[in-house]
Amino acid sequence: MSILVQVLLNGTGRGAIYALLALGFVIIYKATEVVNFAHGSLALFGGYLTYALKSQVGWYLAALLGVLSAALLAFLLERLILSRAKLASQDSLAILTIGVDIIILTEISRRLGTEAAPFLGDPYQGIRLSILGATVEGPQIVALISAIVLIGAFFVVFRYSSWGLAMRAQSENKEAAALMGIRSSRVTSSAWAVGGALAGIAVLFIATLPIAGGAGLTAAHTIAFAAFPAAILGGLTSPGGAVVGGLTVGLVEAFSQQYINQDFAKVAVYLVMLIVLVARPSGLFGRVEQQRV
Amino acid sequence: MSETTTPLTPEAGAPSAELPAAPQPPGSGATAAAPRGGRGALVRWALWLLLAVVMFLAPVYLPGQYLTVGTWVMTGAVGAMGLTMLVGQAGQLSLAHSFFLLVGGVSYAVLSGDGSDGFIGLHLPTFVALVLAVAITALVGAAFAPVSGRLSGIYLGVASLSLVFLGWYLARSLPSLAGTTSSGRYVEDLHLFGFYFGEKSPSLYVLDVPIGQNERLWWLFATLTAIAYAVARGAVRGRIGRAWRAVRDNEAAATVMGVSVVRQKAIAFAVSSSYAGLAGVMVVWWYDGLLKPDEAVDSGTYSTSVAIAYLAMVVIGGVGSLGGAILGSAIVFGMPLILPLLTQGDGSGINAVSGTDFSPVVITNLIYGALIVLIIVFEPGGFAGLGRKLTARLRRG
Repeated sequence: MSILVQVLLNGTGRGAIYALLALGFVIIYKATEVVNFAHGSLALFGGYLTYALKSQVGWYLAALLGVLSAALLAFLLERLILSRAKLASQDSLAILTIGVDIIILTEISRRLGTEAAPFLGDPYQGIRLSILGATVEGPQIVALISAIVLIGAFFVVFRYSSWGLAMRAQSENKEAAALMGIRSSRVTSSAWAVGGALAGIAVLFIATLPIAGGAGLTAAHTIAFAAFPAAILGGLTSPGGAVVGGLTVGLVEAFSQQYINQDFAKVAVYLVMLIVLVARPSGLFGRVEQQRV
Repeated sequence: MSETTTPLTPEAGAPSAELPAAPQPPGSGATAAAPRGGRGALVRWALWLLLAVVMFLAPVYLPGQYLTVGTWVMTGAVGAMGLTMLVGQAGQLSLAHSFFLLVGGVSYAVLSGDGSDGFIGLHLPTFVALVLAVAITALVGAAFAPVSGRLSGIYLGVASLSLVFLGWYLARSLPSLAGTTSSGRYVEDLHLFGFYFGEKSPSLYVLDVPIGQNERLWWLFATLTAIAYAVARGAVRGRIGRAWRAVRDNEAAATVMGVSVVRQKAIAFAVSSSYAGLAGVMVVWWYDGLLKPDEAVDSGTYSTSVAIAYLAMVVIGGVGSLGGAILGSAIVFGMPLILPLLTQGDGSGINAVSGTDFSPVVITNLIYGALIVLIIVFEPGGFAGLGRKLTARLRRG
């Protein structure tokens, strides 16, 4: 019994992190129709800055700056590079983000070098809670709470603010939205900034002992890879789907880790995605693309 | 029909959801648009012949380490030609190329291995094992049809990524097939008509140079690359290529014209993965017969980063261009090996650097990452597109 509870809690804790990443993914996709392969690098970038600054300015300010820098990087990426590749198709832009990803990942791994992997979750690293005979580690609790608050806030903003309205209008029909006076560049770049910030927040929970194990910050990019299946599984156009996808991925991973093995857990996530895609090619809650001839 | 096959829809046509549709095919720059027959053809044949002679004599003049760089580039070129047909001609994004390399390598190891040391091996003649390994990889690619037929674009790309994860898991959990992650398994190099390509103590001399393993593999790899190029060129220019481009440009329109979309997608995947299968066998030979599964799913010979590296080759060279694929491989696979040779004179520096140095791998990664970005922003046709523009301008005078 306590094992089952433990697995459920672990899965939910990790799922919350995946949901944060996947939500950022989906926001970016909704605004620009670009699958952002550099999402893991955005997380890594924010995490690296937090790590580099925390000894000088303290953890909280460093974390804030890390999150902001990830948001800024995403913003600049959209403004300086993606918005200039106007002729490129969606798929090309996705490949472009792969190029960006390679650059950021290479440079940050080079800076981190082969020294001991840095960890980030200082304030909640040691916290432990016991529930029904299972223990939950601090980072997972904080991740879950942050995810609930942030995702809730996002849905409120998305539903009620003018920014959310502009976003929804634009993802519905870009040209019509532009004709109604919505500034497309403002919507897209802000969406990228929000996506980057979410990645920068997620990394604060990824680069902790219970999640990354011995790999620390360097694991952030690898772990962010699991946000792909999370976002795709839910459907790239659905923020709600991202949350469901994130939790599904977290739970699938936790269960297969416990009942099969560590290696299989990484595959299981992708297999589940594959099965969902064969049944529903646009994900669980994604919009089915219609084609006119 | 002119050499430059135009896609079904004009290039500047409706906003297409596909990858940059580079007009096909490449050929070697200046000669590509030359008229058939007459002097143009003669010049072209002369150039091919010259290239063949250069490739034949290269092992005599180049030292061994440079030969291994060349063979590694040719391995990448064969794989990248397969991927560029799939992505550029058939318009299907795939991030699974390293998985098909693994399938090819493992198939060859199992078919040709002698079954000792607890590994499963059927002990077939190495040439038969090579042919069957390529065929098996093609079948595995075709078996992806239920997925590839239903998905397109980025969904297909991410779905195919799951194959890399699957391959990594299977290779690790089936050590009797793929060898263990610590020691791998060894298989024989190719024996062909009494000629052994793995020869370490050669008795054959050309111009007083002993023709050992490096030299022999160079010849073998060059021949395989040439065959792969010729076959791919035939496919791209022929009926199959036209069907692929029809599917790429508009699936619905292709269906209306009588092209079976699901079937063409399956064929494209099969052809592309058979190239990857051949490249996978070449990888095993290149490592002196060693097949070794990766420790991690994101780094190693068959990892996601290799799948991405292949995509980078294709994009840098010009999506859909065969010549571009070879150039892309020279940049992505050649650079990390050639940089230390040029700067230090021996290959020992490749893995010797650690920590925060700008190692050749770091430099290469930064360069090809930047190239991808620059190419998509400024020149979606890649280097092949640049070459076409340049020759067009030169001809205009």
